[in-house]
Amino acid sequence: MSNQNQKDLQKRELDAMCVNESQLSHPWYYNIKYLLVGIIFGIVFVKAEIVSWFRIQEMFRLQSFHMYGIIGSAIMVGALSVWVIRRFQIKTIYGEPIVIVNKPFNKGIIYGGLLFGMGWAITGACPGPLFAQIGSGASVVIITILSALLGTWTYGWLRDRLPH
Amino acid sequence: MLQFLQQLWPWYIAGPLIGLTVPALLILGNKNFGISSSLRHVCAACIPANIEYFKYDWKKEIWNLIFVLGIMIGGFLAAYYLDNPSEIVVAPSLKTELQSYGIQDYSNALIPTDIVNWASVFTFKGFIILVIGGFLVGFGTRYAGGCTSGHSIMGISAMNWASLLATICFMIGGFFTANLVLPFILSH
Repeated sequence: MSNQNQKDLQKRELDAMCVNESQLSHPWYYNIKYLLVGIIFGIVFVKAEIVSWFRIQEMFRLQSFHMYGIIGSAIMVGALSVWVIRRFQIKTIYGEPIVIVNKPFNKGIIYGGLLFGMGWAITGACPGPLFAQIGSGASVVIITILSALLGTWTYGWLRDRLPH
Repeated sequence: MLQFLQQLWPWYIAGPLIGLTVPALLILGNKNFGISSSLRHVCAACIPANIEYFKYDWKKEIWNLIFVLGIMIGGFLAAYYLDNPSEIVVAPSLKTELQSYGIQDYSNALIPTDIVNWASVFTFKGFIILVIGGFLVGFGTRYAGGCTSGHSIMGISAMNWASLLATICFMIGGFFTANLVLPFILSH
């Protein structure tokens, strides 16, 4: 990988779980498979009411098991899959080795985590559900997304001055 | 069959399906499941403003934007073709509490339309829920380096202990706000 590419990759990896650079270059329509995964995901979001403000309020008041069951079983299936992928060194459909990098701790995880938790309880949605809510016809959530974009932008602007 | 799909999907169906997104994205193209990064890519594409944090080749992360577009389309399909004709059923104690704030409309299962609608954007409650809440979601997720998908599901699945810590912080912030802050806001 060229120096310039390497630098760009490092920057994209900042404050994200992990970004993998593929050595392959594909035409744009290869991305349609991610659209399909997103569609299935969005349907599950709405039909299991994971994107419901009411279900989030129940969760944070310990009034229902529903959300805990969903997050818990999702983690179990996810963890088992990651274990299988690592154990058997499963490759992508294009034959590239799958890489999962662990992100180290920084103080932003605590400060940012607490702030996001507050926003999650107020809006009743994390970023994914916001997109699903708009799709379902709740057009006013566009305001929430614009505000979330402003929050993201403000973080980028202040990043060097914030404790990490 | 259609009737079955229209009802509330139980957690033991929905949870594993969401968990399967992790290997699906990894195997389809070495992508790590995460949604909040999409907001950063939009900033990088639309308003980079010469900020170092937004100066990168966002086109290489276009899959993430296409993925969230898919979530939006999925939300549309679920709402228009698999709509549950009956109202959302919530815990009786929550219903009693919300009643005291004047929230009685359960026809939209996803948002409390009594307080979240276009006319309420500049009311006290509406502004806090939509504008302040949204800002906290965008700022907090980026500061923490991920959201419920990136940290709580992808990160914990990969046994990343910092992601577990992040999730604990999400829950602390949420419990505190839902039980102590939100009642104050909603009763005004």
